[in-house]
Amino acid sequence: MTSPTIAANTRPWLDPAAKPFISIRHITKRFDDVTAVNDVSLDIFRGELFCLLGGSGCGKSTLLRMLAGFEVPTAGQILIDGQDMAGVPADKRPTNMMFQSYALFPHMTVEKNVAYGLLREGKSKAEAYQRVAEMLRLVKLEQYAKRKPHQLSGGQRQRVALARALIKQPKLLLLDEPLGALDKKLREETQFELIRIQETLGVTFIVVTHDQDEAMTLATRIGVMDEGVIRQVGEPREIYEAPNSRYVADFIGSVNLFEGKAGPAAPDLMRVETGDLGPVVVPPVEALVQGQNVWLAVRPERISLERHRPEGRANVVEGVVEDLAYGGHLTAYRVRLDNGRVISVTQSNRLRDEDPISWDERVFAIWQPGAARVLTK
Amino acid sequence: MSAGAVPWRGLRRSAVVLLGGLAVAAGLGVLPLAADSAGSLALVAGGLAILFAAIELGDGFGLSRRWLVIAVPMLWFLVFFLIPFVVLGRISLSEVVIARPPYSPLWERGPNGELEIIASLDNYRFLLDDPLYVNAYLSSIKVAIVSTVFALLVGYPIAYYIARSPEPRRSVLLLLVILPFWTSFLLRVYAWIGFLRSNGVINNILMWAGVIDEPLVMMQTDFAVYIGIVYTYLPFMILPLYATLVKLDDALLEAAADLGATPTVTFLTVTLPLSMPGIIAGSMLVFIPAIGEYVIPALLGGPDTLMIGRVLWDEFFSSRDWPVASSVAIVMLIVVVIPIMWLQAVQNREAPE
Amino acid sequence: MKRRGWFLPITAVLGFVFLYAPIVSLVVFSFNDSRLVTVWGGFSTRWYGELLNDGQMLAAAWVSLKVATMSATMATIIGTLSAFVLTRFTRFRGKLLLTGMVTAPLVMPEVIIGLSLLLLFVAMELTLGWPAGRGLTTVVIAHSTFCAAYVTVIAQSRLREMDESLEEAARDLGAGPVRVFFDITLPVIAPALVSGWLLAFTLSLDDLVVASFVSGPGASTLPMVIFSKVRLGVSPDVNALATIIIGIVAVAVTIAGLLLRRQMKRS
Repeated sequence: MTSPTIAANTRPWLDPAAKPFISIRHITKRFDDVTAVNDVSLDIFRGELFCLLGGSGCGKSTLLRMLAGFEVPTAGQILIDGQDMAGVPADKRPTNMMFQSYALFPHMTVEKNVAYGLLREGKSKAEAYQRVAEMLRLVKLEQYAKRKPHQLSGGQRQRVALARALIKQPKLLLLDEPLGALDKKLREETQFELIRIQETLGVTFIVVTHDQDEAMTLATRIGVMDEGVIRQVGEPREIYEAPNSRYVADFIGSVNLFEGKAGPAAPDLMRVETGDLGPVVVPPVEALVQGQNVWLAVRPERISLERHRPEGRANVVEGVVEDLAYGGHLTAYRVRLDNGRVISVTQSNRLRDEDPISWDERVFAIWQPGAARVLTK
Repeated sequence: MSAGAVPWRGLRRSAVVLLGGLAVAAGLGVLPLAADSAGSLALVAGGLAILFAAIELGDGFGLSRRWLVIAVPMLWFLVFFLIPFVVLGRISLSEVVIARPPYSPLWERGPNGELEIIASLDNYRFLLDDPLYVNAYLSSIKVAIVSTVFALLVGYPIAYYIARSPEPRRSVLLLLVILPFWTSFLLRVYAWIGFLRSNGVINNILMWAGVIDEPLVMMQTDFAVYIGIVYTYLPFMILPLYATLVKLDDALLEAAADLGATPTVTFLTVTLPLSMPGIIAGSMLVFIPAIGEYVIPALLGGPDTLMIGRVLWDEFFSSRDWPVASSVAIVMLIVVVIPIMWLQAVQNREAPE
Repeated sequence: MKRRGWFLPITAVLGFVFLYAPIVSLVVFSFNDSRLVTVWGGFSTRWYGELLNDGQMLAAAWVSLKVATMSATMATIIGTLSAFVLTRFTRFRGKLLLTGMVTAPLVMPEVIIGLSLLLLFVAMELTLGWPAGRGLTTVVIAHSTFCAAYVTVIAQSRLREMDESLEEAARDLGAGPVRVFFDITLPVIAPALVSGWLLAFTLSLDDLVVASFVSGPGASTLPMVIFSKVRLGVSPDVNALATIIIGIVAVAVTIAGLLLRRQMKRS
């Protein structure tokens, strides 16, 4: 096996001179008059675990199927390791796919399923089955080699599908909702298992998922897709902390959005006049014109609630606790401001508070200037 | 990848040679086979040889094999299903002549060597003028409608009963409905002769029970034809009905009852409308073949049971008037096209996606 | 629907009596010593003996078996191909035409199919010299055509419900399209093809009308011989033949049922 070239700690996407391993250039796919993927360009680097995240029908699966060779792009180019994939059929591509339904051949044993790809390469049976045994050990299924797929549990099937897709040591592994069919607990365990295997083999992964927690846990980088376009590409932290648009801010986690107008430019802190909160102080944003329409995004966990008005602080608003939901490790509040606007606030229950803030209490909500993200889109 | 393809190709090349040789040998009568079997063998082996050779050729020219896969069924159905109708239409326009084959050619050389196309609508005019044919069409439609209604009345309760039965019993009953279909159709019609004859099973039982003194005349009547059609086509009515009724959610019936509907009202306002696709499909599956039915009226019907399938058969086999038989068939085709289209529309609506 | 009336069960029972009474009477009277089929004259198996000595009947049975085997095989090949083409190729010229051509034979009156095919064979013989006369070959072609339509329907529904990603997975693992068809598609739809073959076999064995049109001298099928016999009235050796056919079907269904049960238990 090739020695793993892991990019886990290096971040080639920060280096403008780094050569991408997979280049997707202006890819468009139209079905009749529906545009499933619209002019997407994306660079992915060797050893990455890249997640395409989006709701159903956003085009993420179509993009994946174009990489695998099941769909032909209407326009654009795909390069894998410098090689143009145009005209290369699915069976000749250096990619393998793990299907959402797993697509295990029902009439073959686990062993035969996993060996299938190697035998198509023209490997001898002896060599193929030796490799199959190794691979089954890696996914901890040695004793299930002779079983048929319908005799396995969901988690075992998922691992067979993974082993089958990995055995040809593809340059690129495509995973379509790899954990979608598993229950919640198994899914959490499998996430780390998937990362372990990916790091052991050093294969580049592209994962399609609709589950943001899954994307956050797995990915080196996430591409958020919507209506056939990629809205933002970034590391999980970047996507969450510095969304580039209202769509991404709202799609990942929950957020309070306020519309406002930018105040005059300032060196350290600038002001935004909002209709709901009045003036709000935020860190300065470049290339913002005074009077420009902006939106402020404030995550609920960045706001804290106080019973008494804090002295000498900016960004304080007053309201009444309209509703709360106790969730064990945290409590979610809905606070109605005096002008009628409702904001969400979550407070982590770090202490056993004998007297927590409760319904109908008058409270003050405060946040740091840096907690608010100014969005122009 | 190429390693896997090579032995496959060698196999195919030898298959071309082998099958081609077999076809030629069978065609030339070298093999010790009956002429008929030799002909079929030559056809099958030759066809496969051509197929494999075409794959080779296509590969040689770097063509995609897709067209080949499409071409095989397409050509078969074109030649043996669609073109026959063209021939049928063409012969329906010719005249009967005493020759082999007994119809006039489509064109003839005139005295000066010019081509004369011979085509006339005389046969169709004849069909319209002779009341026998018009009556036969009308009577076929009548028989088909009556039989369909009876089949629906008999089939609906059975289908409903099966659909409402608990699982192990449901499969068994369904199997029992399909089972007669696997035995010979002709023999099942024949069985009714023994039942309906004047000294048949029904008359014997009724006379023994003292219900009647004289045997009822049931054979060679329209009644016998209705029975025969309902009997043979009942599974075709029950299966589509069952398919829609089994999908009916129990909760709908409970909801109707909960909202104050009596069982009868529930049936009329919920069950019946929801089973409409099954009713239409089942009715068409009985009605369409019943129109052209030949065997049942020939065996169970009387001399005055006029049905168009029988008229066509007699025209062809007894009168040897191929052109008139063809025009009868063309008109029959037009009569059944409308219900066929309707059936198609219902089935397309049933299977969306 | 917990309290069910008497109406449904009674009509269902009557319905099944209607379906089976004639078949039962066929079997019973095949063991009747009297020639007057419906009058009981004592138990006897003489009609079975007579049937086995009826050379014409046996020859026709042999013809029918040959025709049915060949037609069912041809029909399965053509039907599988057309079902595959119709479900897997998204768009091609003539798709609508093919769809129409494979569904129409299902509902087309048999007399029309028979007559039009005969006229085709005659016209082909005139222009191409093939098929020379009517006989086994022409019956096999005719039966293959309408049976292929039934096989197409069965194969099509199985192909539709089959997970297409199975085929994609095989492509993805390096198998070419032909390889995928034989490695994956065919084994997965095999049970449907077996039932399609059996259905085609039965339909071919059962057909009287089409065969009467396209058959020729020396190629009379079993239904043709039976028909000419029963046209003249009831005859007890036909009852004996019917009983044998029913017996074969019953045995086949029982075996199929047992196999199915074993398969279900295993999985």
